Amino acid sequence: MTGAQIIFIVVALYTLGSALMVVTTRNLIHAALWLVSTLFGVAVTYALMNANFIAVVQVVVYIGAIAILFIFAVMLTRKDMRDSGPQMNKNWWLGALVAVLVFAGLAFMLSGWSGFSKVAADLPSGFDSVSLLGEALVSPQAYVLPFEVASVLLLAALVGAVYVAFNRK
Amino acid sequence: MSEWIYVALFIAVGLIIPIGAIAAGFILGPKKPNPIKEATYECGVEPVGEAWIQFKPQYYIFALVFLVFDVEAVFLFPWAVKLGQLGLYAVVEGIIFVSILIIGLVYTWRKGMLEWL
Repeated sequence: MTGAQIIFIVVALYTLGSALMVVTTRNLIHAALWLVSTLFGVAVTYALMNANFIAVVQVVVYIGAIAILFIFAVMLTRKDMRDSGPQMNKNWWLGALVAVLVFAGLAFMLSGWSGFSKVAADLPSGFDSVSLLGEALVSPQAYVLPFEVASVLLLAALVGAVYVAFNRK
Repeated sequence: MSEWIYVALFIAVGLIIPIGAIAAGFILGPKKPNPIKEATYECGVEPVGEAWIQFKPQYYIFALVFLVFDVEAVFLFPWAVKLGQLGLYAVVEGIIFVSILIIGLVYTWRKGMLEWL
């Protein structure tokens, strides 16, 4: 096993363990913090795959904003975040069965694909995804229109979210 | 890949320093507990009520506005990295991108949602 594979297995186990804690912990705030830990594990996985920009976006958007929004939503809506009820209902085995079946089905489907056992080609040296993306985002031949439309979409999201969330008296 | 080693090192040091500080205090400090020492430390003031309280819903608006500008920063990051090599048109496109979102900021501001009630 190479060093990268060992790191991947450690990170994958850490991510899985955190994800398990998200659904099993009794305290909602602790669940949100475990979610931050899980998302961080995913970011490390992206970094291992040389997807540097996606890894940074994962940290900035998912941990920096989405998880904080979760924690805010919990803190603002409930006085007591400790849950007293059981964490599982009687259908837990059905959920586990469906999860195993979906995993087996996906693994079976993907094993038929020719790229399944191929090793990815090395990136050319000096490959910089961020500056390539920056160039593509503003180039008229590439994504300049989607780039500006994204701004309009964000504006609509901001106005809509604030309108819905604001408590008019 | 190798540049991430520095990030990993930074995270490791960032974990070791607080853990070390707390562990050193735990190992070296004398332990003579009394009820006043055991109380939760709250900036030197005596703690009032429970720690689990409901926060003001207004924080949520700030979080929402922050989320939108966070995503904007993600879009602007690759643009800013490449800005030095790109021409004037890239600067203009970036300004258009930001000014569209400024409308949203002005909207929330004019609606009085950035005022602390």
